[in-house]
Amino acid sequence: MQATATEAFPHSGAHAAHHQEAGFLRTYVFSTDHKMIGLQYGFTALCFLLFGFFLMLMMRWQIAHPGKPVPIMGPMLASLLGNVAANGIISPDLYNSFGAMHGTIMVFLAIVPLAFAAFGNYLVPLQIGAPDMAFPRVNMASYQFYVLGGTVMFFSFFIPGGAAQAGWTSYPPLAEVVQTNGQTFWLIGMIFLISSSLLGAVNFIATVIQLRAPGMTWMRLPFFVWAQFVTAFLLLLAFPPLEAAGILQLMDKVAGTSFFLPTGLAVGGKLAHISGGGSPLLWQHLFWFLAHPEVYVLILPAMGIVAEIIANNTRKPIWGYKSLVYSVLTIGFLSFIVWAHHMYLTGMGTKIATFFQTTTMLISIPSVIILTCMFISLWGGSIRFNTPMLFVMAFLPMFGIGGLTGLPLGLSYSDIYLHDTYYVIAHFHYIVAPGTIFAIFAGIYYWFPKITGRFMNEFWGKIHFWGSLIFMNLIFQPMFAQGMAGMLRRMADGGANYSGAKTPDTVGGLSPFIMGLHTWILWAAVGLALVQIPFVINLFWSIKHGPETHSDNPWDSTTLEWQTPTPPPHGNFATAPLVYRGPYEYSVPGHERDFTPQNEPDPACEPSPA
Amino acid sequence: MMAKLLGLPVVASQQGVSVDKLIIYMHFLMGALFVGWLAYFIYALVRFRRSRNPRANYYGVKSHASSYIEVAVALVEAFLLFGLAVPLWAKAVDKFPKASDSTVVQVVAQQFAWNFRYPGPDGIFGKQDMKYVTADNVFGVDPSDPHGKDDIQTINEMHVPLVKNPDGQYRPVIVYISSKDVIHSFKVLAMRVTQDAIPGMRIPIWFRPTREGVFQINCAQLCGNGHFGMSQGRLVVESEADYQKWLASKSAAPSASSFE
Repeated sequence: MQATATEAFPHSGAHAAHHQEAGFLRTYVFSTDHKMIGLQYGFTALCFLLFGFFLMLMMRWQIAHPGKPVPIMGPMLASLLGNVAANGIISPDLYNSFGAMHGTIMVFLAIVPLAFAAFGNYLVPLQIGAPDMAFPRVNMASYQFYVLGGTVMFFSFFIPGGAAQAGWTSYPPLAEVVQTNGQTFWLIGMIFLISSSLLGAVNFIATVIQLRAPGMTWMRLPFFVWAQFVTAFLLLLAFPPLEAAGILQLMDKVAGTSFFLPTGLAVGGKLAHISGGGSPLLWQHLFWFLAHPEVYVLILPAMGIVAEIIANNTRKPIWGYKSLVYSVLTIGFLSFIVWAHHMYLTGMGTKIATFFQTTTMLISIPSVIILTCMFISLWGGSIRFNTPMLFVMAFLPMFGIGGLTGLPLGLSYSDIYLHDTYYVIAHFHYIVAPGTIFAIFAGIYYWFPKITGRFMNEFWGKIHFWGSLIFMNLIFQPMFAQGMAGMLRRMADGGANYSGAKTPDTVGGLSPFIMGLHTWILWAAVGLALVQIPFVINLFWSIKHGPETHSDNPWDSTTLEWQTPTPPPHGNFATAPLVYRGPYEYSVPGHERDFTPQNEPDPACEPSPA
Repeated sequence: MMAKLLGLPVVASQQGVSVDKLIIYMHFLMGALFVGWLAYFIYALVRFRRSRNPRANYYGVKSHASSYIEVAVALVEAFLLFGLAVPLWAKAVDKFPKASDSTVVQVVAQQFAWNFRYPGPDGIFGKQDMKYVTADNVFGVDPSDPHGKDDIQTINEMHVPLVKNPDGQYRPVIVYISSKDVIHSFKVLAMRVTQDAIPGMRIPIWFRPTREGVFQINCAQLCGNGHFGMSQGRLVVESEADYQKWLASKSAAPSASSFE
């Protein structure tokens, strides 16, 4: 197997020459080069990230000022979306659409494509010393399916009735009785997106197994590659059940089956004309069998990015590399057997609840090990605080908050109270927003010089960092307080209906302080939007005008992606890399330089076969 | 005290107190871990900044303290899980009080209201069957069963008495929860109870109210565009006398009720 990979190298120069003549379409649109596909994924997913954020801003306005027209954007919403946004007011239907699509877009169209597809595609072949992915055309198809899925999702906003309204979880029977075809669009879009992920996943697995450079043994893989490798397995094994479930729900919707509809359903005052006999809980099991591993799909690549940047900027090896590898493998396995902790309150008996609580507590252990290794890696370092490192340093405590607040949700008994409150929202957003998204930002600042030969602006990078850190916390910290006070999720009026002020007849309504936090959160979200402006400008401006790097390896890094020309040509490496050592040989005693690249020849040892 | 600090609202049931306790214990563990991590983290960032420590140490930490901390955390988690969470859950879902010692109520949720049903003066619910479920018979009560004739049905209004049983404990409430259209979730924050109302299933929960008052019943599962409106549900915990008066006023009303 290894022979194939090495043989590919002598030809890689010829490949590059051949492909440089390719036209615009072949280079930028129908490219089979893993780096271009990575960039395509990255750019498209960043657009969706902004769009998902925009939906959230509209929702935060509605939550803080229910029934009031949205300023500035209101007239545009009204003219684009019609009745559901009449007079610029977000109706409950539109609120539910925005809620469902915010979740769907952020998870399936923004974060996973960024963390897995964009970073993975660009970096995994480079880091393992391969000329490209194992199946370049499959890779192109994966991106095309993703675009198709995204297009279907996006245009569902403009059909009569609007986009899906049953949450990103699309629970039947609600998903099947909501009066809009948006739900059908959602299912078709999901089927495209799932197919895209499956194609990506097989490709990653084949690439990592088959195309490692000579000497790149498993225990010499950068942790980022391990994280992507496990992520690919999660996608490959967890998505097919949801694809099947999606098709079943589509059949319920368009072909009159009732896989998820029980007998005796009476919707809107009359008995539903369905054959019945189905189970709404079956969908939940199939959905969460994907969606819990999906949570780790969101976080593992982020941990990979974090490990790379910590090693580079502490100038020392990551502490506990082997523990990290075993932990990430353990997480991968355990993530398949925790799914029903999303379903504690569907009427679960003691045995099943005990099983899922135990696995949920167990999976916290490797997660804590990973975080601990990252923390301990700082000890003895010589820490450089550049923009990527700042984002990574913020990732650690933010992810810590997200992880710790998962504990009371992971025990079914405390979940009785916290279930479906804002506490849950704050919990998973701490994992994904100042967690994964910070890691993604860090990765963009860190690998940008490899892609363009120029740095991004440090000053504006720091403004972006500090602004994002402060506003993210101002947004999500108050949600813990709201959740503890009993504020429930997915209320189109933000809970105004059952605040203490509106229900003086009851004991224990939400206090004016808790309700008032909505306004804080709204303005913090606006602030967060504003500090993204320097990032967007910085990103595009620096392509042509950023300070030049004057080196292929400007961060003095050890891993293989920096030992290539900048930007890496088609085929990646000027000469076939041979790997002599582990990924993080920084500050090796006896060496003058404080980094020793993986492919730097070592007279003392021959590269061992992979 | 901790409950106030965390901002937990008023608690009005016996199990609510233990739910709160578990939440509080968890937050002690979380707080200790977070503060510990953070203190170490800030110290490390300052101590090992480049200007103070220009050359990194290849080996870093050599002690095994972190492994011991890891094991300690796992043990605390194991205790919280098997010592508290599992037995408490078992008590909540397995050890139901006897129906004869309890107030028994059936709930059928719908878009966007709560239907409640009481057995009436004879204390026996009329027979039910799926085949009788119609728009105005959401409980599917058998029209030919005499026990069903005196059953009481209400909308958005659930009353239970606060009265002590012979065993000295407050009388528990058993609620059978279902739905006629989509999935809802029966949540009474003050009682610390939540149970999804799932069409095609009827799931019992129980709780023991410990104080009088009017409490909100909220829907905790997205159920459509009127989801937030389901907060109009009310649970009234009142004295035995008031409860009986209320029941009597409801039985006087015509029993064939329409809910649309």
